[in-house]
Amino acid sequence: MNPDRIKLIAVPVVLAALAAAPLALGTGYWLGLATTTLMFACLAQAWNLLGGYGGQFSYGHALFFGTGAYVTAVLQVRLGLDPWTGLIAGTIAGGAIGAFCGALSFRYGLKGSYFALVTLAFAEVFRILATSVPFTGGGAGILIPLKVSPANFQFADKAGFYYAMLILFAVSLIVTLAVERSRFGAYLVAVRENEAAAAALGIDIFRVKLGAITLSGALAALSGVFYAQFFLYLDPHIAYGSGVSVEALLAPIIGGIGTLFGPLIGAIVMRALGEVANVWTDGAPGLNLALFGLLLIIVLRFLPDGIVGLIGRLGRRHA
Amino acid sequence: MLEVANVSKRFGGLLAVDGASLKVAEGSIAGLIGPNGAGKTTLFSMIAGAVPPTAGEISFAGQRIDGLKSHEVCHRGIGRTFQITQPFAGLSVRENIAVGAHLHHRRRADALAAAAEVAKLVGMAGLLDRPAASLTVAGRKRLELARALATRPRLLLLDEVMAGLNPTEIGEIIGVIRGIRDSGVTVLLTEHVMQAVMSLCEHIHVLNQGRVIAAGAPSLLVTDPKVVEAYLGRAAAGRIEAGSRHAS
Repeated sequence: MNPDRIKLIAVPVVLAALAAAPLALGTGYWLGLATTTLMFACLAQAWNLLGGYGGQFSYGHALFFGTGAYVTAVLQVRLGLDPWTGLIAGTIAGGAIGAFCGALSFRYGLKGSYFALVTLAFAEVFRILATSVPFTGGGAGILIPLKVSPANFQFADKAGFYYAMLILFAVSLIVTLAVERSRFGAYLVAVRENEAAAAALGIDIFRVKLGAITLSGALAALSGVFYAQFFLYLDPHIAYGSGVSVEALLAPIIGGIGTLFGPLIGAIVMRALGEVANVWTDGAPGLNLALFGLLLIIVLRFLPDGIVGLIGRLGRRHA
Repeated sequence: MLEVANVSKRFGGLLAVDGASLKVAEGSIAGLIGPNGAGKTTLFSMIAGAVPPTAGEISFAGQRIDGLKSHEVCHRGIGRTFQITQPFAGLSVRENIAVGAHLHHRRRADALAAAAEVAKLVGMAGLLDRPAASLTVAGRKRLELARALATRPRLLLLDEVMAGLNPTEIGEIIGVIRGIRDSGVTVLLTEHVMQAVMSLCEHIHVLNQGRVIAAGAPSLLVTDPKVVEAYLGRAAAGRIEAGSRHAS
């Protein structure tokens, strides 16, 4: 069976397994953990589209995550709009900010670490803006009022949130699958592999990169919108802090960069390890970050193509 | 079909191409030869849109193409290969060729099928699922050719596709290039393998220090003193000329 067909079957199987997960996890702490894991998997999926498939490493995906979160929060608190409108507006805003940031960077041919630095700078600029303008609530943050109702994107139990997040994650996964199977996806990978050769084959490199960062920004904003609804509180550091950007890129790198399931696997491994670290150290703050750093070094040294790459190699050895 | 008129390219203080002009007739195999550093690859890059000319005009099928970007030139119907091969190393041979085929095929399945067809033309049908990174030099050169062909060009620019190949491989690729021409594609190639140039090309331009110093049929050029001088130096050219006077 060819790999394309395996993926077509694997996607619904994985989504069904995730849908059944609450049966095993109960409705308490573990389900909450699974929900945030999916949230970061969605953010990682967004990063992977641009960084993994397109080879454009962003160090500022908090920019899109934070924009999605703030747009939905501000629309609710200041304008009284409902969060489902916020979800759409936040996603569009994430895509628009992606297009803006991408147009500026790619027009001037920024690549590699220069592109990474520019995205980091953009995220920092937005963090500072969110701190200083009045309508975001400034440094004190913004609180979304508690009004539990599905029409208000607030659920009475954890399972409600879990399934809402699962749908958003499914969107990111299916978008990635669609990209993989499309001409745009083939062009995106060609641009990653060799820009000169790609241009000679008729590929408009600027347009392809711009499309990728727009799509990536919109998907990352989805996870930001969910964050705002799940925790009902935001401040500039939570939304635009570099910690979010690091999470966005660690999961795909650990799981398998430029692969369909890499971000999900990476997010699960990272969250599980973070949990183990919490238990071992009685919740010493920051130790999970040290552990992620160690994991990153190990992966980069021994598994440059991540966990998915390792599974692939083991599979071939046994075949 | 292709017309290059007084094209120059300056890199800072270096005039790499200096008022070069050439014409390629539709349906022919034309050659561009010259010693190392003559400006062949620079001229190729300008035709392909990879670098803009400093001065001069380039037209293809009656339309100006100088100043267009690489991908726009490709859309007009010009394919190119790179002297230093540029495979998409992380992809399979089939996927590499499919990127070119996508120019005319939106659907992935169609592009992959077209890639398999093109692979047959260049003798890579058995290598379709190999990673491009694992190919030999000869394989990479063929892959360059296949990818460019997959865009269905009307004019194909081949930049030293035989460099680094052994005589058997050169013989094979000459056959492939003839086949491409017979299918209706015009070919302009640069090459150092003289035997191949002489047997393939109907018309040759000789570039030296950025200028076209001679043009014509291959048999006429080998006796042209300017050409001999460019390759072997003035003394050799003089000796050959003296020798031919003796003989006559």
